Amino acid sequence: MYTTVDRGPDVHEPSIPDEWELVVGLEVHVELSTNTKLFCGCANAFGAEPNTNVCPTCLGLPGSLPVMNGAAIESAMRLGRALNCTVSPSIMARKNYTYPDMPKDFQTSQYDQPTNHDGWLDTPEGVRINIERAHIEEDTGKSTHVGGDGRISSAQYSLIDYNRAGVPLLEIVSCPDIRTADEAKAYVSELRGIVLALGVSDAKMEEGSMRVDANVSVRPRGSDELRTRCEIKNINSISSVGRAIAHEANRHIDLYETGERPIQETRHWDEEAGRTRPGRSKENDEDYRYFPEPDLTPLVPTAAELEAIDASLPELPGAQRAALAEAAGIEPTEASLIVERGDAGFALDAIAAGGDGARVVVHLNNNLAGGVGKLTAELFAGLVNMETAGELSSTQTKEVLAEMVETGGTAADIAAAKGFEAMGTGELDGMLDELIANHPDEWARFAGDDEGESKKMAGFFTGQIMKATKGQADGKVVAQLLNSRK
Amino acid sequence: MAEPDSQPALSRDEVAHVAKLALLDLTEEEIDLFTVQLGSVIETAHDMNNLDLEGVQPTHHPLGLTNVVREDVVRPSIDRAEVLSQAPDVEDDRFKVPPALGED
Amino acid sequence: MSVAKPAAFGDATAIAALVASGDRTAAAVVDDHLARIAEHEGDVHAFNLVMADDARSAAAAVDEAIAAGETPGRLAGVPVAIKDNMCTRGVPTTCSSKILEGWEPPYTATVVDRLVAEGAIPVGKTNLDEFAMGSSTENSAFGATKNPYDLDKVPGGSSGGSAAAVAAGFAPASLGSDTGGSIRQPASLCGVVGVKPTYGAVSRYGLIAFGSSLDQIGPFTTTVGDAALLYEVIAGDDPLDSTASPQPALPVSSKLDAGVDGLRVGIITEMAGDVIEGISGDVLARLRAAADALAAAGAVVDEVSVPSTVYGLPAYYMVAPAEASSNLARFDGVRYGLRADGTNTAAMNMASRTAGFGPEVKRRIMLGTYALSAGYRDAFYGKAQQIRTKITEDFDSAYENFDVLLSPASPSTAFALGDKTADPLTMYLNDVCTIPSNLSGHPAMSVPFGVGDDGLPIGVQVLAPMLGEVVMFQVAAELERAGA
Ligand SMILES: [Mg+2]
Ligand SMILES: [Zn+2]
Repeated sequence: MYTTVDRGPDVHEPSIPDEWELVVGLEVHVELSTNTKLFCGCANAFGAEPNTNVCPTCLGLPGSLPVMNGAAIESAMRLGRALNCTVSPSIMARKNYTYPDMPKDFQTSQYDQPTNHDGWLDTPEGVRINIERAHIEEDTGKSTHVGGDGRISSAQYSLIDYNRAGVPLLEIVSCPDIRTADEAKAYVSELRGIVLALGVSDAKMEEGSMRVDANVSVRPRGSDELRTRCEIKNINSISSVGRAIAHEANRHIDLYETGERPIQETRHWDEEAGRTRPGRSKENDEDYRYFPEPDLTPLVPTAAELEAIDASLPELPGAQRAALAEAAGIEPTEASLIVERGDAGFALDAIAAGGDGARVVVHLNNNLAGGVGKLTAELFAGLVNMETAGELSSTQTKEVLAEMVETGGTAADIAAAKGFEAMGTGELDGMLDELIANHPDEWARFAGDDEGESKKMAGFFTGQIMKATKGQADGKVVAQLLNSRK
Repeated sequence: MAEPDSQPALSRDEVAHVAKLALLDLTEEEIDLFTVQLGSVIETAHDMNNLDLEGVQPTHHPLGLTNVVREDVVRPSIDRAEVLSQAPDVEDDRFKVPPALGED
Repeated sequence: MSVAKPAAFGDATAIAALVASGDRTAAAVVDDHLARIAEHEGDVHAFNLVMADDARSAAAAVDEAIAAGETPGRLAGVPVAIKDNMCTRGVPTTCSSKILEGWEPPYTATVVDRLVAEGAIPVGKTNLDEFAMGSSTENSAFGATKNPYDLDKVPGGSSGGSAAAVAAGFAPASLGSDTGGSIRQPASLCGVVGVKPTYGAVSRYGLIAFGSSLDQIGPFTTTVGDAALLYEVIAGDDPLDSTASPQPALPVSSKLDAGVDGLRVGIITEMAGDVIEGISGDVLARLRAAADALAAAGAVVDEVSVPSTVYGLPAYYMVAPAEASSNLARFDGVRYGLRADGTNTAAMNMASRTAGFGPEVKRRIMLGTYALSAGYRDAFYGKAQQIRTKITEDFDSAYENFDVLLSPASPSTAFALGDKTADPLTMYLNDVCTIPSNLSGHPAMSVPFGVGDDGLPIGVQVLAPMLGEVVMFQVAAELERAGA
């Protein structure tokens, strides 16, 4: 299935001075796409009328109780295993703090015994980022701030919709292993790819079903100290991950270089202004008073459950890249885009159906974005074959492909309809006469008894004709002509 | 092991800090009163130190159940009008609250 | 002055039989009780709300169903009073707190649904200490409940309204909740039977939480048989409560007539003399008399030490407030209940809570917040949770040699209104005999067993192993026969 890769607008991402190094850890919240919420049977659905997917439990009404969604736990464990985490017995805990969109005024989360811990993720470039934990928790409702200039600080009042309250989240906390903005983007992008491959979330940053917070600090390159970090929230695209981190890092560097220092705080990324702003003040210095949730029981996965989960994991992006690279004879990083788009299976099918690997990759990367799913791998392979056989030029191939996506027709029919016929025999005969005259030695080797030589020279003459006809000649016709003159 | 017996059970500042965490606006008199009253409860809580609890697991669930989960099947939600009828303030079918300051 | 008249119009079992057989209509039964409420409720103040109209129409519906030949429920036509911390859809549920005054829940607690499904008729929501925090029902925002046996005395608490309603004959049965003794202590003070089932035996769905790992709903009745009947109706698994025991209701009625011959009964040493101080002489005398009665009926009676029970009180006053501080965070003025003005959300939250909660609730929220706060959690909340394990282990080893244990339910008979309100710690001592079973989750019940020097009722507490309700009721029934 085709999915949008959100690379965001191509805007300036500042570079980091060489003498400084970034220390970045990411907290990524992924909404699990279960049918129901984490603790109640309300629908887990985006975009419903306000306060229609609510019940006593997800509204935190007095007397209500949570009951854990088994499918959410399973999704969490699958994602945990895909991130190479250890999956352990866990207990839910209450994180006590007050916010109007959080109905119980505590968030049911995991604290010292999370479901998943100690994993890692390799970026396509081969950088390993360690993952501290990936824990289950519930989402909050949604506040709309009314009045003022749209910023929370100037709002006259807020309106709350609890449809999202209680939607299951997995919070994936990386170790502070990320050293560049590009690594951060690659990490998020790879994580998103894994989530999509597992099908546990639609991971849409623009709809908030995947949210990235970045803990950013800097230090002089070569040092191993950990300096004051700021937590950047409100980052809503993968490109913004890079921009926000780079901007924040430079803010720190500027402060250090003028003899000041940043203070530890939460900051919000302002997409339009391209900078971070101070966020929630921490005057009520946070004391979450965690304790085990008495209304839920511990979760103890059995060995059989874990085995079944491992067995059920699909091929993940890293493996998909490797497989496609192998089949197409390319570098794994060259397969990234196709894998990200979820088209690796299609590419492999097209190659298996006889399509030339390199051309399959080129067309998928450049000419078929959005079109996979509108034609079969076999039809696509047929087109690629026509191209490599010289029956269509690359420009013609592109044009035919566009029409195949539109109409679903075969490459041969569309090419014929467009008049992209291979050259006539008479025309080719003339060309061949000229070639033989100009290359008598080669022709002798072709006509000789040495079968190897003959084959080699057939290739030479075919190539020359293709070159002269810009690929419009039909390879089969050329072969017939050559043999008839032998 | 921490041995809080030697310190005063609870300071006035701690009471004021805890009130803030608990979102309670206590009067000076209440803070004074609670400092004494809560202090005496905490004093008796120090009796717990007389018991050797080395290696004793905490009890969070008297019945010791595990893995209580439900099927991922949608159940009807409740009537919005009924829910909103109990709310202190409502606008556009949503719960209305004063602005959240200290945010940007 | 006494207005006590338990089972003024017959006990629950008798009423259900009469209504089922058509010898008496549910409507008449309800009218009788409403008339009695009208006469004496002004003195007792057992209720926050009398549901006269709802009760009459529910009675009419029961009568119609019976006339139509439908099978009458096990509680057909039985008036029941519901502690006002259990949700009743469309009927105000206040927890005796200003912060919930007038709140009409959009859903009903599982226990109430189960009673009504068996033909029981809720006649009112009973008064309690605000959010069930207290032992005298004086901490209600809507005024104290009086002990029907002596209107100058407290009924105990926090389920004082439910206990008083049964003792006054307003209803033959009621529901209470017990977090540290809130059913058993008022049952003892009001001379009625009160049961705290095994933790998880009865669904908590719809019970407004105080201490979630301690709270348990149970019945008040005038007889052990009625208590067994109510228990069998309300107990059993509930898919809406993850901590509910997966078992069906235990058949506690099955052995009420079996006697106690050969049963091993252990008197808890720590609660039978000088170890836990402050238990009055007349209460200890009734405990001995109860033990003697069981021995006379063939039980083997001995003393047994359950040493860590003496740490129950301090552990409880960390765990229960800690859980309460979190459970009561949601009362913030946003979605329901009282809202006070504030220029921003946080100020509004604080103003609402400050205006809505009474002093005892504030005290416990403060205590619990402290017990969980950074730097103190391990020393207080953490240690208390370990003590629970110790207490459970000590009980379990006692049950290796004994079928049930015996102790007082309350250290004294009913005390005067206002007597213990000045010092919270003195009030907390009322629960010293009942708290250990909440911490361990074991079942326990109070059975009336005579009166004290002041002529006021005294209950004896029967304690049993986890899900050991059958033998607990068996022994309670014997005490009832012996005490009659
Ligand atoms: Mg989180
Ligand atoms: Zn819900």
